[in-house]
Amino acid sequence: MPEDYLPILAMVVVVIGFAAAALVVSAITGPRKPNPAKLSPYESGMPPFGSARRRISIRYYLTAVLFILFDIEIVFFYPWAVLFRQLGLFGLIEMAIFVAILLVGYVYVWRKGGFDWD
Amino acid sequence: MSTPLVLTYVGFLIMAAVAICGGLIAVSARNLIRAALGLILSFVGVAGLYFVLEAEFIAVVQILVYVGAISILVLFAVMLTRGLMRRDLSAQNSQWIAALVVALVLFSALLLVATGTNWKVAETKIAGDLIPKLGEQLMTTYLLPFEAVSLLLLAALVGAIVIARE
Repeated sequence: MPEDYLPILAMVVVVIGFAAAALVVSAITGPRKPNPAKLSPYESGMPPFGSARRRISIRYYLTAVLFILFDIEIVFFYPWAVLFRQLGLFGLIEMAIFVAILLVGYVYVWRKGGFDWD
Repeated sequence: MSTPLVLTYVGFLIMAAVAICGGLIAVSARNLIRAALGLILSFVGVAGLYFVLEAEFIAVVQILVYVGAISILVLFAVMLTRGLMRRDLSAQNSQWIAALVVALVLFSALLLVATGTNWKVAETKIAGDLIPKLGEQLMTTYLLPFEAVSLLLLAALVGAIVIARE
């Protein structure tokens, strides 16, 4: 039922309102006395070096692809987990087969060095 | 109109506005990262539309897979491109006429189907939570497709590694 999600909608409205209010109020009322240390990305932190706009390594792309695949696996866990107790052993075996097939892929990725960074 | 119906209507309008705003940002932003963020906003709006349509599971999948994972992939892909932060990136290119024609044809086809089809509406509502019902069906009637999905994911895993190793 859509009306069941009314609390979530209310929370979204409050979150957006709070974030906007915090930004607006501090922009209006806060004093502005900038100095180089304050304006650095990490105040009291490590001074940044180089450009942040370099191209990133292609390895991240494989990480993202693997993440999507395991994310989709998680999606299939969800309806099963809701019914876990009713399905009992049968459901557990079904899920074990599902996971076992994917585990083959996991081991393959592992053996091929998909998780190695160098 | 009854109160829940009004709520559904208002929710639909809000979520449709979010999806359309996100889409407009995605196609009009000069900065590719901003365009990708607009696309993510559009995904969130679509997830909200699924919630309004009472397709909770699809909505959760949309958040988890599209907002969570596909957007990461898109952002990584953007960060891999050359000349990423160039200021003079134009939102137009030489193929805009062809793109406009294709978009118009696709839009009118969708419009024709959406207005011309006699959409069947279920007479009675399905009572109770839908996700346990989905889980039950998935684990009994549609067990074979369910296990086949793992094979599909396995093929995708192996394919990703084979492509990445080249």
